[in-house]
Amino acid sequence: MKLKYKQKSLRYSLLTYAMVLAFYIICEIMLMTGNMSSLMKGMLVPLCYYSILAVSLNLVVGISGELSLGHAGFMCIGAFTGAIFAMTGGASLPGWAELGIAIVLGAVVSGVFGFLIGIPVLRLRGDYLAIVTLAFGEIIKNVINVVYLGVDSRGWHFSLKDSLSLGLEPDGQTIIKGAQGITRLPRNATFTLGIVMLILALFIILNLINSRYGRAIMAVRDNRIAAESIGISASRYKMLAFVTASAIAGVAGVLYSHNLSTLQSSSSNFGYNQSIMMLVFVVLGGIGNIRGSIIAAVILTILPEKLRFLDDYRMLIYAVVLIAMMLFNSAPSAIAFRERIAASLRRSAGKEAADE
Amino acid sequence: MSDMTNTNEDILLAVENLSISFGGLKAVDNFNVKIKRGELYGLIGPNGAGKTTVFNLLTGVYKPDTGAIILDGKPITGKKTTEINHEGIARTFQNIRLFTNLSVLDNVKTALDERYRYGLLDSIFRTPKFRRMEKELDERALSILSVFELEDEAELKASQLPYGKQRKLEIARALATEPKLILLDEPAAGMNPQETKELMDTIALIRREFSVTILLIEHDMKLVSGICERLTVLNFGQILREGETRAVLNDPEVIKAYLGD
Repeated sequence: MKLKYKQKSLRYSLLTYAMVLAFYIICEIMLMTGNMSSLMKGMLVPLCYYSILAVSLNLVVGISGELSLGHAGFMCIGAFTGAIFAMTGGASLPGWAELGIAIVLGAVVSGVFGFLIGIPVLRLRGDYLAIVTLAFGEIIKNVINVVYLGVDSRGWHFSLKDSLSLGLEPDGQTIIKGAQGITRLPRNATFTLGIVMLILALFIILNLINSRYGRAIMAVRDNRIAAESIGISASRYKMLAFVTASAIAGVAGVLYSHNLSTLQSSSSNFGYNQSIMMLVFVVLGGIGNIRGSIIAAVILTILPEKLRFLDDYRMLIYAVVLIAMMLFNSAPSAIAFRERIAASLRRSAGKEAADE
Repeated sequence: MSDMTNTNEDILLAVENLSISFGGLKAVDNFNVKIKRGELYGLIGPNGAGKTTVFNLLTGVYKPDTGAIILDGKPITGKKTTEINHEGIARTFQNIRLFTNLSVLDNVKTALDERYRYGLLDSIFRTPKFRRMEKELDERALSILSVFELEDEAELKASQLPYGKQRKLEIARALATEPKLILLDEPAAGMNPQETKELMDTIALIRREFSVTILLIEHDMKLVSGICERLTVLNFGQILREGETRAVLNDPEVIKAYLGD
């Protein structure tokens, strides 16, 4: 008996990679021919890290079925890990090596925090889990916001009060200055690097989903009790999804911090609004639909910028677009309409093929 | 005399003095049973008698207050659900619990997870080991599905199956873990007489094909008297009668428990 699911999942993955590559090529051509506004140029790297965040959050929300509202917290950890490395060990390295190590460090540190936070959080379900992840996200942001960190010949210094109480030697350097954050960052993230990281994140997540790990994660999502009755450890597979998503969010954070000259742990950067926005990407793109997350992230990142000419009406129109997208994606009549269109397209394509 | 022969026989599951209370209610009180290897054993009783609670105790969903559960000579009391499955007990549920958004094939493949393992890096980099294992998984899962005549529906979502086939898939999934003992919780619930008859054939078939011992909870007396060799009747958490099916079902006490005074 011939099974079709493998071709189906392969086609889905290849189409997703192709879509990202096509987007990259179009943007590069526009850049080369000088057809891109400076506004769009500034948004190329953000598009990449928002897509990475949306895709990784979808692993938790869509595949593992846990509503996590603290994803910005893991992005924050990755961002600060990457930035601290850029200011210290990485400062003397060439740009590409510094970035490469920063990305690995960001993923590892963020993954470790994902594990530690996952231990209490994954014991909870549903709304409780959502509230506690939200709280952890805020805790991470607020703690980093008051930290002072410096380094000198005697080693690392740490304070929650001010830079003076770090007691640095004259040769010392203050890295994190509390609410002012980290300044004079290298700003060396590129669009190409962002796309490479996005494809890498997609590669890991799609292959994970289409393996025994993905099956087990989805089995636990669909019915935890049944999964345990056939020997699948629910907590282990939930943790796997959570840690993987945290580590990938950490990578997005490293990209974020390498795209700025000043990194601050403020609400506008890593607050719950950011986490909610990532959730909006996931929900609008379709829960569990990885490709949809990228499309939603790109559209909803560009849209508010493109709507600036509307001034006061900007957020009004943005909200209307959100509702329209939601209806188009999930309303039964919209789905029926889409299927009718697809069927008629297929019919006409079939007719043309027959005519030839 | 019968006690003497019992000790010489091959006992797969021995349950001794099992009890659990919820608050002040003794849901299961001093439950004992010995099930021989290869036997088809029935557990019956009126609603609320504690039958499903016994299943939940045997599979580690609840931890017993007192008592011991010995599977194939090995104590498994107090172990986790997943560990008990690895020791050799699988089950189905009174209200069907499938992985509704996974395909029929993936439902069975998930249950085969313990037997066809490969690592995380194998999955991400699609190594030859990954391909080989997935191929073997597909073949094994399809061969299990074909026993239940479900192979044509292999790529449907589990939720798209009709009710009777969902029951079958649940049994198939439990058997995929290669259990020594399978617990069937009211497999005929919600089935019409035709489906019930098919189910009896299926149960006879899995005994032949998988050489598995079966413990079954059932309300349908026709099914029970048709296939069970021995029975235990529970009432208010306590054993009312146990023994050969015919003798137990004709016992006035049992009839009274079911029909009232």
